[in-house]
Amino acid sequence: MEIVYVYTKKRAEFGRQCNFSDRAAELHVDIAPDDNALEDFIERDPVDIGIQCVQEMSEHDANTERFETGARGINHTEGGWPKDINPHEVEQVTRYRKKVEKDEMYISAVLQLGTSMEHCIKQNNAIDIYEEYFEDVNAETIDEAASAKTINVFRDPNEIKRTATHISWFPDGPRKLAVAYCNLQFQSTSPDTSMDSYIWDVENPNKPEMTLKPVSPLVCLEYNPKDSHILLGGCYNGQIAYWDTRKGSQPVELTPIEQSHRDPAYKTVWIQSKTGTECFSTSTDGQVLWWDIRKMGEPTDKMYLDKKQEFANAQGAYCLEYEPTMPTKFMTGTEQGNIISCNRKAKTPLDKIAATFTGHIGPVYALQRNPHFTKNFLSIGDWCARIWSEDIRESSIMWTKQYSSYLTDGCWSPIRPAVFFLTKMDGTLDVWDIIFKQNNPTLTLQVCDVPLYSLRVQESGKLVAAGSQDGTTTLLELSEGLYSMARNEKNLVTAMFERETRREKILDARHREIRLKERGKTEGSKGEKRGSSDDFKQAEGEEGEKPAEEEEQYQEEDLYAKAEKEFFSIIEAEKKKQPTPSQDFDDVEKKGPEEDGEEKTNGNAETENKD
Amino acid sequence: MSQEIDEIIKRIMAHKGVIGVIIVNNDGIPLRSTLENSQSVHYASQIHSLASKARGVIREIDSSNDLRFLRVRSTKHEILVAPDHDYFMIVIQKDASN
Repeated sequence: MEIVYVYTKKRAEFGRQCNFSDRAAELHVDIAPDDNALEDFIERDPVDIGIQCVQEMSEHDANTERFETGARGINHTEGGWPKDINPHEVEQVTRYRKKVEKDEMYISAVLQLGTSMEHCIKQNNAIDIYEEYFEDVNAETIDEAASAKTINVFRDPNEIKRTATHISWFPDGPRKLAVAYCNLQFQSTSPDTSMDSYIWDVENPNKPEMTLKPVSPLVCLEYNPKDSHILLGGCYNGQIAYWDTRKGSQPVELTPIEQSHRDPAYKTVWIQSKTGTECFSTSTDGQVLWWDIRKMGEPTDKMYLDKKQEFANAQGAYCLEYEPTMPTKFMTGTEQGNIISCNRKAKTPLDKIAATFTGHIGPVYALQRNPHFTKNFLSIGDWCARIWSEDIRESSIMWTKQYSSYLTDGCWSPIRPAVFFLTKMDGTLDVWDIIFKQNNPTLTLQVCDVPLYSLRVQESGKLVAAGSQDGTTTLLELSEGLYSMARNEKNLVTAMFERETRREKILDARHREIRLKERGKTEGSKGEKRGSSDDFKQAEGEEGEKPAEEEEQYQEEDLYAKAEKEFFSIIEAEKKKQPTPSQDFDDVEKKGPEEDGEEKTNGNAETENKD
Repeated sequence: MSQEIDEIIKRIMAHKGVIGVIIVNNDGIPLRSTLENSQSVHYASQIHSLASKARGVIREIDSSNDLRFLRVRSTKHEILVAPDHDYFMIVIQKDASN
């Protein structure tokens, strides 16, 4: 309800001096409590109110606005000639010079300076005072703790921040960094979001060195390793574009929409070729397309990620792996968690898919072969990172523990074969050194508070760039231990990979045998069982001797229960062997008759031990 | 008397590795130089400010001290600066070990 108080004043009286006077209080409105309103409220008893008798303080922080600075030099062209002399007039200049030279002071000064100068010059010629002593003697490697420090942070200059989805280093040295920015959240890009991607100069984080303006935001950006002026980008709308930095910010050429991918082109990679202009790309629409940048009108080749080469069933891919030393083979990591190894030059289209590696529960976001051991590769997906060997198809040979946050990107160190890096959704970067520690990362760094989306190590192995969800790219420098090869490193890593591969092979063989046995049993042919149990013996060396027992066991219990029983039986056997007090003896005797079924296994177990 | 100056300059130039000699006054005017004018002016202006800054540093730390010699070693050569009250002499010498 509105409370209104009206007062009037004559127009003629406006602007007149105010005369204030006291008067008694006047009651304008009296609002009595409305008992009906009480029904809208529930009485609360008891009531909890916090009281504190403390000085109220508040905290504010302020940051000055970023001051844009630029560096410029001044070119000095002519000295500070006195006013009356025109520096361009040669006569005046020479006259002035001659005048100065006649000055007594000048001559004595020059003589003095000359002598001291000569002294230094002779010194220089005598010995090189900056000589590097003991250059060829390698310093003893001090084992310092692994560490990394942030050198620079490149922020997205736009108001609306986009995720830094892909980073590519300049091929000729760590001077520049190309970062692709794109808002990956489905349909959450506002129309004002900029579509630009930037090339940053490492020394200048205030302003990008160059802007690339695509027609649709870039998801992936790669420098051509052969020609450092050419960049290839995969767009959010599926097109592929390439830029020449000498020609400006607009793409030189774009692929037509009809021929491009139907989903964002998540990964584009340059191929090793004579012309250096070939590349291929993949996307979650399940296609792998090959292009030649000189003719972007249509793809030179096409492949679907499906065994039967059917587009409808093709699995979408997030990442590509290509090693220039193996030009016809490549691998893709799919949304379904499979890693598909393909051969481009297969005889029939159906043979193009060479092998599939399953094991990841979620999409595979990154894939890379170890630069020193190309048979082994790293894959990042769901909550763990896995290392695979090409020969073992069934499972990875090594894997990290389950992380609590999702992994987004990873790569090997180009210098040290045992080191790899991971980025996670909680903004941390993990550095793993498998020679140093296998169950935990060697170094965990909290790079920022928002999820990290992309990662790239520079060729020298010393610098690492990580891109985050708010468009911030952080440049980190690693401690020396992480980029210089340790003693014997190659041998240790080789040994480790071989050991794990062998272990997987053995486990694999065992599983196959068990499966064969099961199948054999259900079919009911004993001959097969005999044969397989012999193989069993060779593979295991221990348990091949109990064919009859095993069959009975399998018929009755499943493997898990069997393992449990074996375990307890071995414990009991041990217990029996030891001198026990009378109580235990009773227990043992009580259990004795129950163990009839297991007696045989016991006996066998003991014979095995003797063996 | 200017002969003596010529002599000195000639002697300095005769040393191994010396590329050039410049004598500059306080106004930044190269009075004598064995390099061409634009280069001399360039050196003169840059060195002048550097030398005065260096002198300022020495003086600030200890007011009784003064700058006697300044050597700037770079990857390609070494710039030697001998300062005086009103003038200074700049010599550019190439690295003897190369």
